[in-house]
Amino acid sequence: MITPDELMSVTAARALRDGQVCFVGIGLPSTAANLARRLHAPDLVLIYESGTLDTRPDELPLSIGDGGLATSALTVISVPEVFNYWLQPGRIDVGFLSGAQIDRFGNLNTTVIGEYDEPVVRLPGAGGAPEIAASCREVVVVMRQRARAFVEQVDFVTSVGFGTGPDDRELLGLRGRGPTRVITDLGVLEPDPEAKELVLTSVHEGVSVEEVRAQTGWELQVSADLGVTAPPTEAELAALRSMTTVGS
Amino acid sequence: MRSAPTATSFPLVPKIVPLAEAVAGLVRDGDTVALEGFTHLIPFAAGHEIIRQRRRDLTLVRMTPDLIYDQLIGAGCAAKLVFSWGGNPGVGSLHRMRDALANAWPAPLAIEEHSHAGMANRYVAGASGLPFAVLRGYAGTDLPQHTPTISVVTCPFTGEELAAVRALNPDVGIVHAQRADRRGNVQLWGIVGVQKEVVLASRRALVTVEEIVDELTPVPGAVVLPHWVVDTIAVVPGGAAPSYAQGYYDRDNAAYRVWDAISRDRGAFRRWLAEVAA
Repeated sequence: MITPDELMSVTAARALRDGQVCFVGIGLPSTAANLARRLHAPDLVLIYESGTLDTRPDELPLSIGDGGLATSALTVISVPEVFNYWLQPGRIDVGFLSGAQIDRFGNLNTTVIGEYDEPVVRLPGAGGAPEIAASCREVVVVMRQRARAFVEQVDFVTSVGFGTGPDDRELLGLRGRGPTRVITDLGVLEPDPEAKELVLTSVHEGVSVEEVRAQTGWELQVSADLGVTAPPTEAELAALRSMTTVGS
Repeated sequence: MRSAPTATSFPLVPKIVPLAEAVAGLVRDGDTVALEGFTHLIPFAAGHEIIRQRRRDLTLVRMTPDLIYDQLIGAGCAAKLVFSWGGNPGVGSLHRMRDALANAWPAPLAIEEHSHAGMANRYVAGASGLPFAVLRGYAGTDLPQHTPTISVVTCPFTGEELAAVRALNPDVGIVHAQRADRRGNVQLWGIVGVQKEVVLASRRALVTVEEIVDELTPVPGAVVLPHWVVDTIAVVPGGAAPSYAQGYYDRDNAAYRVWDAISRDRGAFRRWLAEVAA
């Protein structure tokens, strides 16, 4: 039995290429990046926003600032340096993001559900995400696909995908390409090359297009050459399940 | 007391005093106080002493208001929170912070919300004696609509529009470090976060340390805070627990998970508070 999180972790790990420099957040992105490092990308460079540069933890960290990240890092730098010297000038290839909401143009909300001043749900806030979304060469989004999370328009733009359409990133001066794929527990969405709207390009094995549409809050377009995600291999699952998290 | 960044009245040697005396001497009701430490070296003991001394109406500044600020907010110390990510790392939400925002319990809480890049640069500007910092940030996000300390500046050389954030100069900066020498030079290593910046940006600085040593032997990647930028040092072994001090003790991950249950319930939180305040 493969869990939705395992399926997303394996699919996300495959999105990373050996030698890339990857900005990693805690949770599923950290699992995926460390999985890729154990499989096809041994020279993947991981940077956590706590300042651990090219870190190779034995166990998955519980927080972005675990001691094991610091002791296994090439070097540890200050937090201002992470953002000013490494992220801002475009020295990171891939950033992983998630959110409570994503919209058809890949904008992400991690701030509030509802109105800012009287929210229905108060979320943790921005953290490093706005500048990761702006400055990484590309962004991979990983989140479970539910109709309440995949919405026509996010309640609050914490991190910009394509704003309101194809020209916004350039107008806003955002240097990275923006989200290149959104990996969910049902399939993979990618921005249409022209319109930049997220389009379904792959469904996971056993998932129908109707199921994905039912969990999408906008009229989801489907790619003409819709694929089926290759299921996790034995080797991928074995590597994933052999990884332990600190303190558990 | 020194005032950042141009004062000439720096202390020649910081006073090494008990923690209660250090907090009583530096932290006043209504102050803007920054306790920093990015996952590592979080000054929990100093935060708990602020709770014991019942400081009120504080503006609490911190990039990642995790457990320590949830505790200070729940204890009624805070009037305002300046931050960029508020959660229990790897665990979930900050329930005392949420209760204060949604229900004004135990007191109303105003917020001023940034991104990590914005907050880090606000400290850099504060430490540098500048009124603001420039960064590529916030463009296209909804944060500038709600946060008056985010603005836009035009580059005088290229005409490019960039984000500007107001400098942070807290009244008091508080950090925890591995050790200090007898002259009061402070040394910390591992994940060093924004600790140097917050100490240099703040008008008064308190450092808690694991130990005092005769000599600060060099450690790779260490930050040294020279004695004349630190006002007061308190020796507090274990003062960063349940976070960790590299080379001294590990993070108590279970405590972060347990906090979720304590903080969800006002009654459980009150019992926790009574123990800390005792």
